Amino acid sequence: MAEFFVSLRDSVFGMFSYGFMVRALVGGLLISLCSALLGVSLVLKRYSMIGDGLSHVSFGAMAVAMAAGLAPLQFAIPIVVLAAFLLLRLNENSRVRGDSAVALVSTSALAIGVAAISSSTGVNTDVYSYMFGSLLGMSKSDVLLCVVFSAIILVMFVLFYNRIFAVTFDENFTRATGTNAGLYDMVIAVLTAVTIVLGMRMMGAMLISSLIIFPVLSALQLCRSYRSVVLVSAALSGVCFFAGIWISYHFDDPYSIPPGAGIVLINLLVFLLFSAVSFVRRHKKSVSGQKAGG
Amino acid sequence: MALLSCRNLSMAYEGHTVISGLSFSVEKGDYLCIVGENGSGKSTLVKSLLGLKKPAAGEIVFGNGLSANGIGYLPQQTDIQKDFPASVREVVLSGCLNKLRGRFFFSKKEKARAEETMSLLGIADIRRDCYRNLSGGQQQRVLLARALCATESLLLLDEPVSGLDPLVTKEMYGMIQRINKSGITVIMVSHDIPSAVEYANRILHLHGQSFFFGRTEEYIKSDLGSRFLSAERKERKNG
Ligand SMILES: Nc1ncnc2c1ncn2[C@@H]1O[C@H](COP(=O)(O)OP(=O)(O)O)[C@@H](O)[C@H]1O
Ligand SMILES: [Mg+2]
Repeated sequence: MAEFFVSLRDSVFGMFSYGFMVRALVGGLLISLCSALLGVSLVLKRYSMIGDGLSHVSFGAMAVAMAAGLAPLQFAIPIVVLAAFLLLRLNENSRVRGDSAVALVSTSALAIGVAAISSSTGVNTDVYSYMFGSLLGMSKSDVLLCVVFSAIILVMFVLFYNRIFAVTFDENFTRATGTNAGLYDMVIAVLTAVTIVLGMRMMGAMLISSLIIFPVLSALQLCRSYRSVVLVSAALSGVCFFAGIWISYHFDDPYSIPPGAGIVLINLLVFLLFSAVSFVRRHKKSVSGQKAGG
Repeated sequence: MALLSCRNLSMAYEGHTVISGLSFSVEKGDYLCIVGENGSGKSTLVKSLLGLKKPAAGEIVFGNGLSANGIGYLPQQTDIQKDFPASVREVVLSGCLNKLRGRFFFSKKEKARAEETMSLLGIADIRRDCYRNLSGGQQQRVLLARALCATESLLLLDEPVSGLDPLVTKEMYGMIQRINKSGITVIMVSHDIPSAVEYANRILHLHGQSFFFGRTEEYIKSDLGSRFLSAERKERKNG
């Protein structure tokens, strides 16, 4: 037993001896926190699919930027923010059904992205890295960008915490008492868009949406207040990220699990665990309730 | 000056007129019940008073330093999701949001106000419970507490007792009456005319494109009032 912990410790500390690992950990941890916080509002307002759609838009925008020789992040962030506004509006004025609108936008963006890449460079590893992320290939400037934006997102979230709760819980009441609910919907949309574009770099279009959804769904199984959902999902997101990276780092013989996939798998495991606990808890309650009643 | 008055108000959805030429006013301390059949435009009127929907014609004027933002509102059907995890305290405290102005966080004063309101409505001991797990009556109390936190002068309640059983309904009516006696003006939408007549001192009855507005005693004697009240009595006898 003791030997196991020593080797675990060595393995964990070993990770920190590589520069690229430290960069991945710092950048990834921050993005995980941001996506979990914003995920709370997206999941509770039933906008999870919007997160998924935005990651595809982000992919398309980055691909176009690369093909056109523009700076990918500077090009992608405004486009994705715009798409976020559009999708939120579509969801409200339900001429087009919200979910079909998301599917429409995300498949188109995906097609545009693939077309842009293959017409300029031919399909190559870049597509792979944008689909599945390049967590371990983050440069110093990538990490710096992550740190700056995550800090802004975290500070904004804390400052607007009470308002974000109110618009998420009951938009009409919030509006009726004079809060500009539309403005805070936009704040949520912008923060989400920025988080997704940054997260795309690491996790790829395919996996970023799981960062937004999974920790929140797990937290929802057990928590009874908004504050606890926020705190627990942020903590879970960080822990799962760390564990996922470690798995990918530790088990690299003879085949390795890509870090993105490792993180999602750990998240899935936690979700199943939490669901089981919640199920047992409810089951117990209903049994004791029947006893008390009968 | 009246706390709130509507002059020649018309409301419409995409050209389809729901209310037209409506005029009434509410004085400080009044208990006004807005009655009328389903679809007569009661909730639409509420939305216009709150500034959630613009009038097609006419105007709404606030007096005594009241504004649309200072109204405590209890919605008819909330968009609150069934599985939203929020504690009772969090929900009630969110009623103080209009007191934040430019600030980011609630002060001691607002937290104390939320606590007081919870004690007043008898939900202090469930303050840590999850809103979604409460009974219908408890949930309405929580929303009433939230509305009360949002106002010093005017409560606007849209069918606060629909779906509650008779005992809980009576409790709720009692609570609203006490709040009114403490000096807060109440406007309540209801389709329970007998109770409206019992508690309110003013009645606004929306009926098609016409309406009745006046004192409760006048309403009972009026054509519309006597017709609806006798119909209700018959139904009770038969039922
Ligand atoms: N969002 C809406 N769009 C179009 N018509 C509406 C809308 N809301 C209500 N209506 C119509 O306006 C009328 C009044 O509705 P409402 O104010 O909800 O009545 P009440 O609350 O008295 O039952 C109804 O005929 C209803 O169909
Ligand atoms: Mg209504």
